[in-house]
Amino acid sequence: MTAPDASHINRNFKSRVIEALEDQELRNNFRGAMDFLMQKRAAMFPDPEDLEALRHRGEQIRNRCLQQLPELLEKLESQCVNNGIRVHWAETAEQANNIILGIMKDHQATRMIKGKSMASEEIGLNHFLADHDIEALESDMGEYIVQLDHSTPSHIIMPAIHKNKQQIARLFHEKIPGIDYTEDVDQLIGTGRKVLRQKFFEADVGLSGVNFAIAETGTLCLVENEGNGRMSTTVPPVHIALCGIEKVVESLTDVPPLYRLLTRSATGQAITTYFNMISGPRKPDELDGPKEVHLVLLDNGRSRMYADKQLQQTLRCIRCGACMNHCPVYTKIGGHAYGSTYPGPIGQVVSPQIWGLDKAGSITQACSLNGACRDACPVNIPLPNLIRRLRHEGNIDSADSQTLGRGSLRKPVESLIWKFWTYLNSSPLWYRLTLWGATRFRNLMPSSIGPWTRYRSAPRPAEKSLHELVKAHQSQSPSHVIKPTKQETK
Amino acid sequence: MSRLYPEKPGHVYFFGTCLIDLFYPEAGLHGIQLLEREGIKVSYPPEQSCCGQPAYNSGYDDEARSVAAAQIACFPEEIPVVVPSASCASMIREHYPSLFAGTEQEKLARDLAHRTYELTEFLVEVCRIELKDMGAPAKVVVHHSCSAQRHLRISGQTQKLLNQLDNVAIVQQERAYECCGFGGTFSVKAPEISNAMVQDKCDNLVATGADQLVTGDCGCMMNITGALEKRKDPLKGQHIASFIWERTQ
Ligand code: SF4
Repeated sequence: MTAPDASHINRNFKSRVIEALEDQELRNNFRGAMDFLMQKRAAMFPDPEDLEALRHRGEQIRNRCLQQLPELLEKLESQCVNNGIRVHWAETAEQANNIILGIMKDHQATRMIKGKSMASEEIGLNHFLADHDIEALESDMGEYIVQLDHSTPSHIIMPAIHKNKQQIARLFHEKIPGIDYTEDVDQLIGTGRKVLRQKFFEADVGLSGVNFAIAETGTLCLVENEGNGRMSTTVPPVHIALCGIEKVVESLTDVPPLYRLLTRSATGQAITTYFNMISGPRKPDELDGPKEVHLVLLDNGRSRMYADKQLQQTLRCIRCGACMNHCPVYTKIGGHAYGSTYPGPIGQVVSPQIWGLDKAGSITQACSLNGACRDACPVNIPLPNLIRRLRHEGNIDSADSQTLGRGSLRKPVESLIWKFWTYLNSSPLWYRLTLWGATRFRNLMPSSIGPWTRYRSAPRPAEKSLHELVKAHQSQSPSHVIKPTKQETK
Repeated sequence: MSRLYPEKPGHVYFFGTCLIDLFYPEAGLHGIQLLEREGIKVSYPPEQSCCGQPAYNSGYDDEARSVAAAQIACFPEEIPVVVPSASCASMIREHYPSLFAGTEQEKLARDLAHRTYELTEFLVEVCRIELKDMGAPAKVVVHHSCSAQRHLRISGQTQKLLNQLDNVAIVQQERAYECCGFGGTFSVKAPEISNAMVQDKCDNLVATGADQLVTGDCGCMMNITGALEKRKDPLKGQHIASFIWERTQ
């Protein structure tokens, strides 16, 4: 059994985008939700200077931890082992899936309850387990809704954000036996909880993600609002934590500033309802907690990102989702259009690096490089620069790059156009001749130029170019517009 | 983070940008005239063309570098380069240094980046320009490009400049921070998304009831006014240099 194939990301990207753009209800859902989240975040950071200082601090902490990533991971492993946590290393999604399956089999386990874990979405765990007759039930309310709908998360923090209250009410009414249609949110949540509560007790294994893994103490931190994370990690006899290798931090003191940035940036909360610190299985004198705790450390392309100085910045991410909330493209097309576990700006950067540009590189085109994401990112990841860099990698198979599928998106005609453009713009004579021609024959310019004029009228060249206007201006006031020489400026 | 500005120089270069050269030349000329009125000698090297951004943003680095190198050669003297576009100014300021990192021109690129200014930024911070509004009362909506807002962070300066115009009332659009959807080649590579963005932008601009749109970036203007025209919305756009020049004559 192999890891999920990601080639659909490139293949149907355009049609998914068009479908999303035509779905007015979907667009309203996203617009409303993103506006709300942006406002909530803004209210948490009233002082721009304080915000800059906090972001700078977040960036520094993450950079320091990444600089010593190999050492910190070793330390994390030994500290976890000291705490009684079993540590597994997975280089690929396939290995991670098999490790988890192995643990399930060791316990003859058939039922898994899951806290929220994007890494498990990344490796396609639910499908993989289903193929092995294991039921993996999502317990995060958003994930539960999405699973009930046979769908996937559309946002990394709020998986069901693409749905409005009415749609969820309908879904519950249709999919959960004996549930009346109601739009009362508390009642809907109550319904979900009732179903899930039972499942926690029936599950053999609980699986969760990890927000911060503290090397110093071997502690796994889990940030959540619903308490399902705590239930998933404490009620079933076995807890498996799936953790990207970049999540390691050096010490306990690194956590509060990052946690503060995470919750404020993500949902505009000063703090979440739950903050779990998991430091091992139940000890002999303890009354509760799992009997076994496993930590699966997932690479899946992260080492490749780590090897490149610029792309390494991807790994600073604390998965707050603020970049998608602030992205004008995400706001319009929603998360599913990207086709990846990771949508939005960070998704455009992470997905091609995990699955390869040949499979997931096209989504880098869905960006106007406007910079809203970069300004929202709590750890200052220069997302537009990275998106641009990956576009470049898609065009060029450069020897000093490790990105999978580099050069695979090169289009011969397009490259030729750019060659021509380069020639025109670096030879003044040809440039001016073209300019002259375009202005003289402005009335012959086509009124329909490809995709541009589908939605806009065609721009018309001026009667005279700036080059010409300046020349005329210069002849009127010659002293002002002359080419400087050394003598003039010194 | 904030930039240190020099004393007003006696002489500057003007980099007109390719869009202005071909489509909005009067904006370029008005920019030059504004600078000249401040007593500054303006040189417009005729060898200039494009900053290289279209290729750069599309991930064609070598092509962008060739074109950028040709521009670097146009501005050899140690005097400021003034650009009537935040987008092109930010290409030079933000990206030339990394584009030329490790090449022979790295030092030249850094030096050029260091002395490049967007026009309104230059007029406000370096020239300390004082405007006397002689135009008729007007209700205006301003679109600050993403480069002005987030890359160069100079929208405050543009605002200051407009605030000096006594007869101009500036009305606010909803979601002023949001990108108009131009993004250079983005508008042709992802036309459906770009359209959704510019339609939203147009809705917000039209809803202000402004007589006119003013912006410092012709890329945004071409995008927005092109879409407005297609929708048959009467709102017209103008580059800020022309807007100011015409009102202060
Ligand atoms: S890239 Fe930055 S803003 Fe986006 S999810 Fe990661 S930390 Fe948050």
